[in-house]
Amino acid sequence: MLRTTQSRISLSSLHFRHSTPRAHCYRRAYATSYTSLSSRYETYYGGSIKTFYNSTLTGLSPAENEFREAVWEFSARVVKPKSEVIEREGGDSETHEYKTLIEVHKEMAEMGLHGVTVPTEDLTSSLGLGLSYTHHLLGMEAISYSSASLALSYGAHSNLCVNQLSRWGSDDQRAQWIPGLLDGTYIGALAMSETGAGSDVLGSMMTVAKKVDDGYVLNGNKFWITNGPKADVFVVYARDVVEPGAKQTYTTFLVPRTTPGFSTGKPLDKFGMRGSPTCELIFEDVFLPSTSVLGDPASLQGKGAKILMSGLDLERLVLSGGPLGIMQAAYDTAVDYVHQREQFGVRVGTIGSMQAKLAEMYTKVNTARTFVYAVARAVDYHNAEAQKQGLGPKDKGYTYPPFQRRDCAAAIMYATDKAIEVAMECMQCLGGNGYINDYPAARYLADARLYAVGAGTQEVRRWLIGREVNSDFE
Amino acid sequence: MRPSPARLLNILVPVKRAVDYAVKIRVNPQQTGVDLNVKHSMNPFDEIAVEEAVRIRERLPKGSEPVNITALTIGPPKSIETLRTALAMGADTAIHVEIPESAPAPEPLGVAKAIRAIIEKHKDKEGVDMVILGKQSIDDDLGQTGQMIAGLLGWGQATYASKIDLNLEQKNAVVTREIDGGLEQVRVKFPMIITTDLRLNEPRYASLPNIMKAKKKPVTKLTPADLGVSFEPQMEILKVTEPPKRVGGAKVESVDELVEKLKAAGFNAV
Repeated sequence: MLRTTQSRISLSSLHFRHSTPRAHCYRRAYATSYTSLSSRYETYYGGSIKTFYNSTLTGLSPAENEFREAVWEFSARVVKPKSEVIEREGGDSETHEYKTLIEVHKEMAEMGLHGVTVPTEDLTSSLGLGLSYTHHLLGMEAISYSSASLALSYGAHSNLCVNQLSRWGSDDQRAQWIPGLLDGTYIGALAMSETGAGSDVLGSMMTVAKKVDDGYVLNGNKFWITNGPKADVFVVYARDVVEPGAKQTYTTFLVPRTTPGFSTGKPLDKFGMRGSPTCELIFEDVFLPSTSVLGDPASLQGKGAKILMSGLDLERLVLSGGPLGIMQAAYDTAVDYVHQREQFGVRVGTIGSMQAKLAEMYTKVNTARTFVYAVARAVDYHNAEAQKQGLGPKDKGYTYPPFQRRDCAAAIMYATDKAIEVAMECMQCLGGNGYINDYPAARYLADARLYAVGAGTQEVRRWLIGREVNSDFE
Repeated sequence: MRPSPARLLNILVPVKRAVDYAVKIRVNPQQTGVDLNVKHSMNPFDEIAVEEAVRIRERLPKGSEPVNITALTIGPPKSIETLRTALAMGADTAIHVEIPESAPAPEPLGVAKAIRAIIEKHKDKEGVDMVILGKQSIDDDLGQTGQMIAGLLGWGQATYASKIDLNLEQKNAVVTREIDGGLEQVRVKFPMIITTDLRLNEPRYASLPNIMKAKKKPVTKLTPADLGVSFEPQMEILKVTEPPKRVGGAKVESVDELVEKLKAAGFNAV
C-alpha cells in the first residue's frame, strides 16, 4: 500500500526503474558531492528519499558534504525500507523482538557508522573514523530522517556509550569493548536517570556503589534506559558511599549485561519512538571488580560527575540531529502533500493560509539546522585546538570553552521546539490524513516529542542556559 | 628472503563522470545539450567494471599474483569525485586526465587514443593485462570506446560481458557475452579489453572507512598534452531537442466507439 504522498512519488519513479531488467544498473556506490544549482531537491537511492534539504545554508566543507551524502544514501537504501517494520516489531508488546533493529545495527556497522568520533585504529578497531562531532551529527540527522527510533538507539549506542568509552575508558576497557561495539557484535547503552532522579539526576540518584575489598557492589534501579532490553554493555553512573558530611561523589562503571545480579525490566510501552527499545535496569548486589570503573580507577574513581557532565554536552549536540532529521522529514512530507492535494480547484499549497504555514516551516527547519551546525563547528574547533596541544578530556589543563555548555543545550532545546512545531504543522497540512496512521505525520510528532524529555527535559535545558548566562555576571 | 611474485596482474578501469541516473534530464535553452548543473555520479556500467576488477582480486586464492587496479578518468576537475568513488570501492591508484570545465565532452575515439597512450606509457614498467570498462555511458550512449581501444591496440576483446572466468596460468579468460537470443562464450588471451553488461555483478557500496581511506590513495594528474592526444570533437552537434510530450489518451465506452474513433483517425481495415 502506498502510505504517503512522498512515497507515492518515489515509488512511481522506482517502479519505472525496477520494472526493467536493468534495475541495479541504475544505482550508485555513494552520492558524489555536487552543487545543486538547478535542482531544488536532493534524491537518494534513486528516489527512495526525495528531500528539500537546503544544502546551500549548511556551511559544510566539501569533505563534510561528501560524508553527508554518503550517510543519506545509506539512510535511503538501508534504513528507509525497514523503518516501518522496525516500528511494528518494537510496538509489539507480545514479542518485543527488535529483530530488524538489530539487523540494521549490523548493517550500520558495516557502513562504519558506529565509530564516527572514535580515533582510527584506537588500539583496537579500524572501524573508528576519527571524525568530528559535525560528522556524527550529520549521521544522526540522516538516520533520523528515515527512522527516528533507529536513530535514537544509534545515538545511545554510538555517542552515549561508545563515545564516552572511547574518551574515558582505559586501554584495556577500550580493547575489550570498542571492536565489538564498532563491528555491530555488541549494542551499548548508558544509564543515568532513575524513577526518582530525572532532571535532578545527580542530587536524587539512589543507585549506590559500595566499595568492598577488591571492587564495588552496586544496588539500585535505572529507568528509561534506551537500548536497555538489548544492550550488551552499559555505562552506569552511581553515587559513592561517603563519610557523613563529606562531599558526595559519583563513579562511572562499565557493566556487562551478563554480570550476576544485573537484570532488566520489560520493555516500556512508549508514545513514540516505538521501534527503539527502552526499559528499567535492576542492580541487586551486583559485584564489579575495580577494573570496571570507567577509565583508570586510581584517577577516575569518584569522578563520575565530571564524566557525566562532559558527556552531556556532546550528547545534546549529537542528539540534536534527531529533531533535525524528523523536522526535515515532516517538512518534506507536508510540502509534497500540499502540492498534490487539490481543493477549490487549486493545489492547497497555493492557498494563502497554507502558504503561511510553508513559510513558517521552511524558516524553522533552516534556522534550527544552521544554528545546530554552527554549534557543532564550534565544538569541533575547540577539540581540534586542544588536540593540537596534545590535550584530551582526561588531561589536566583541558578546559571546556565557556559557551559550549549553553550552546549544546540551546542546540537541542531549539531544534526540539521547532521539530515539534513543524511536526504539528505537517499533521495540519495533511488534514484528515494527518490523523491517520497510514500517513507518517502522527509518527513524526510522537517521535519529536521524545526529545522534549529524552536526554534531559526542555525545562532543565532552559534552566541550564539561563544559569550559564547568569554566570557571566558572577 | 621470500621470492617476490613474478609480476602484478594489472587491471585498468576507465570510468566516466555522467549525469546521475536519477536526475530528470532537461535540454538547455540554447538547444546545444542538456543542463549539466545537476547531480553527477559514476556511469553505472563503469561501476560494474570497477566492481568486477575488485572481485577478480577477491576471487584469486591467497598467495597468487597480486592484482593492481588503476582507475582512469578523462574529464574536468570535478571528475576527481568519480575517481574517489572508484578508489573507495577498491581501486588502488587513479589517473586523472584533466580537461577544462568548458571543454566539449570527449568522444570515444579521443578517449580510446588517450587510453592507448596511457597503456603505452605503462609498458616500460608493468604492462596492462586487462582493461575493463562499461559497455556504454548513460549520457551519450555511444558504446564504442571499448571496441576502439581494442582496434587501436590490436588486442582481443570481449564485449557485453556477463561472466568472466580468468585462467591466470594460461593467461586467458573465458567470457560469457550477452548477445541477441542467448549467451556466447569466448576465450580471449591477455592482454584484453572487456566491456561490462548489466548482469555481470551488482556493485558494492563504499563504506565510510573506505571512503576515508580513498582520500589517501594516490591520484596522478595528466594533461592531454602529456599523452600527446587531443580531444577535438570529430562530430558537430546540430541541435538537441526533447522528445515530443506524451499526449493523454481517452477511455472509450464500447467496441463500436473504438472502431469509430480508429476510422476517424485514418485506420482502416485492409
